[in-house]
Amino acid sequence: MATVEFQGKQVEIDEDGYLVNLDEWTKELGEKMATDDGLSLTEAHWEVINFLRDYYQKYQIAPMIKILVKEIAKILGPEKGNTKYLYELFPDGPAKQACRYAGLPKPTGCV
Amino acid sequence: MAETGKLEAKPVSFEDLIKWEKIKYEAPELTGKIETPCIKENASLSYKAQLYKGKDAIARLGYPTEGLIPNWKEKFLEKMDEMLKKYRSVRLFMDICVRCGACTNKCHYYLGTGDPNNMPVARAELMRKIYRRYFTPQGKLLGKKLTNSEDLTEEMLALWYTYFYQCSECRRCSVYCPYGIDTAEITMAAREIMNSIGIVQKYMHEIVDKAQYIGNNLGMIPDAVRNAIEFVETDLQEQTGLDIKIPIDQKGAEILFVTPSADFFASPHIESLYGYAKVFHQAGISWTMSTYASEGGNFGLFVHNYNNMKIINKRIWDASRELGVKRVVGGECGHMWRVLSSYSNTLNGPFDWLNPKYSIPQHICEFTLDLINKGALKLDKSANDEFTVTFHDSCQVARGMEMGGTASGQYEIPRAVIKACVNKFVDMPENTIKEKTFCCGAGQGLLGDDMLPIRVKGAMPRMQAVKVVKDSHGVNFLALICAICKAQMSKMFPTYGYPMEEVGGIHQLVSRAIVFGAKEGI
Ligand code: SF4
Ligand code: SF4
Ligand code: SF4
Repeated sequence: MATVEFQGKQVEIDEDGYLVNLDEWTKELGEKMATDDGLSLTEAHWEVINFLRDYYQKYQIAPMIKILVKEIAKILGPEKGNTKYLYELFPDGPAKQACRYAGLPKPTGCV
Repeated sequence: MAETGKLEAKPVSFEDLIKWEKIKYEAPELTGKIETPCIKENASLSYKAQLYKGKDAIARLGYPTEGLIPNWKEKFLEKMDEMLKKYRSVRLFMDICVRCGACTNKCHYYLGTGDPNNMPVARAELMRKIYRRYFTPQGKLLGKKLTNSEDLTEEMLALWYTYFYQCSECRRCSVYCPYGIDTAEITMAAREIMNSIGIVQKYMHEIVDKAQYIGNNLGMIPDAVRNAIEFVETDLQEQTGLDIKIPIDQKGAEILFVTPSADFFASPHIESLYGYAKVFHQAGISWTMSTYASEGGNFGLFVHNYNNMKIINKRIWDASRELGVKRVVGGECGHMWRVLSSYSNTLNGPFDWLNPKYSIPQHICEFTLDLINKGALKLDKSANDEFTVTFHDSCQVARGMEMGGTASGQYEIPRAVIKACVNKFVDMPENTIKEKTFCCGAGQGLLGDDMLPIRVKGAMPRMQAVKVVKDSHGVNFLALICAICKAQMSKMFPTYGYPMEEVGGIHQLVSRAIVFGAKEGI
């Protein structure tokens, strides 16, 4: 377990860079995680992140990718409603990378 | 002074010896050949699995929560003694190996890494060395010098942790061993011994805990399961214009259908769920899924600890009784198949209330093939004409129990379903399929991202075989029946330079080919 210093506070993250205490998440922290990966978050990224966070609050898990795709099509238009577009936004995979920026735990199972 | 003559060697703690570090990985160039590599000592020594720090969960699983316990040696030997007595096969495997070497180049992790400790016989030797030292009269009397054994040290323990988590318990080695020595059994016992002294691997134990206390490997609460399934149901209805249902927790249904939770969460797994639902719809047989038994995969199998496996399996047992179903059908899942078909009766007792006319449990491939043979499913093969398909035998199925009541059913039934759905099917080379199949490289607790470097190496033999049929026949779809295989292969394909979309389930092919409306012969 490691900690990173952020805005004068020690934030705990696990070996894979996921937040340990989900309520320590802030927008800026998500932003910083992305910047550290060399990614700058656009509005489209934030649509994904916000949706993930909303869904997580209800169901305690990230949504499956098909649900995410459908939602993104609704918000950003049908031409963006596909897995390929989500991988363009989050090259390491929307489920894992976007969850990390959103402060959610990594989904683990046979996935 | 230390034996090596080195002065002032800095003392390393056990935690340091097994510390996980991020390692860069790269896929080797594929040649289509599976060659025995030259020995590279310690080639994969630095590939460690992350340790679990979730104390509450570890306590629930019944293991020490503070890491390596102070009196670990004593406990280790006590536990090993217990294992040797409880699992007679493990003791036998300690004694009967003649070191003929037949197994050495049969393990995908050895083929991929060249690390001699990944030769099945050498992996097992890690345990045998302790066995000879502490459990044989010669070892007790003479110590390690004359008996080719080892003292129980932190260094030795670190080797255990490293190499017993570089074994996917796939049992390929046992197929080639003249004595039938099953290294998987040894690995399972070794992992349980380590658990008992507080060395608990993260990926698999986090999941065992979620499966026990939430009900599935992903940790989806019932509402989340319902939401996902309802989404698929709506999507299916929109796509087909038909009233296709995916019933949940429905009492009195004929069939309880159990599948890995990955099937209602991940891609490409989810595509098979569409296929299962279409098959049940077309068959006109009432079925239900369960939010309580919302997991097929049983990771309790990965260590010799029947207790956890039993708790997980009991959910299926309870749900099928409470819902009053007559049959249990299992989806595309290797480990579920093995536990349900081989261990369930011993763990939780027989499924007395199920209809003995059908296999208990029935594999979805058997179920679907039966409908096809009766003419109850009409399939349009041309719907899959863009694909040339090959099939990866999941090791837990291929080297598990027979399917459908015939000795080779687990090879023939899935292939027959595929061939009914596609025009172009070709098998990979003979020494990589059926009982000789190579593991995907991520089975039995190795699928975590922490294990990616070893997963890439272990996938090499399978990927070489894929390349052979890609080059010879233009194969562009690898059909699978195991959730781990699907997750692993859809990661390995892009890593080795092939498109991720070329990986999917058998029922994904069924889903595309099924023609609605025809309903005869049931
Ligand atoms: S094939 Fe069997 S007997 Fe021969 S070395 Fe391997 S485990 Fe020992
Ligand atoms: S069971 Fe499989 S992974 Fe383990 S040593 Fe044998 S071949 Fe290798
Ligand atoms: S993941 Fe699949 S191929 Fe690998 S061990 Fe499990 S069933 Fe076998």
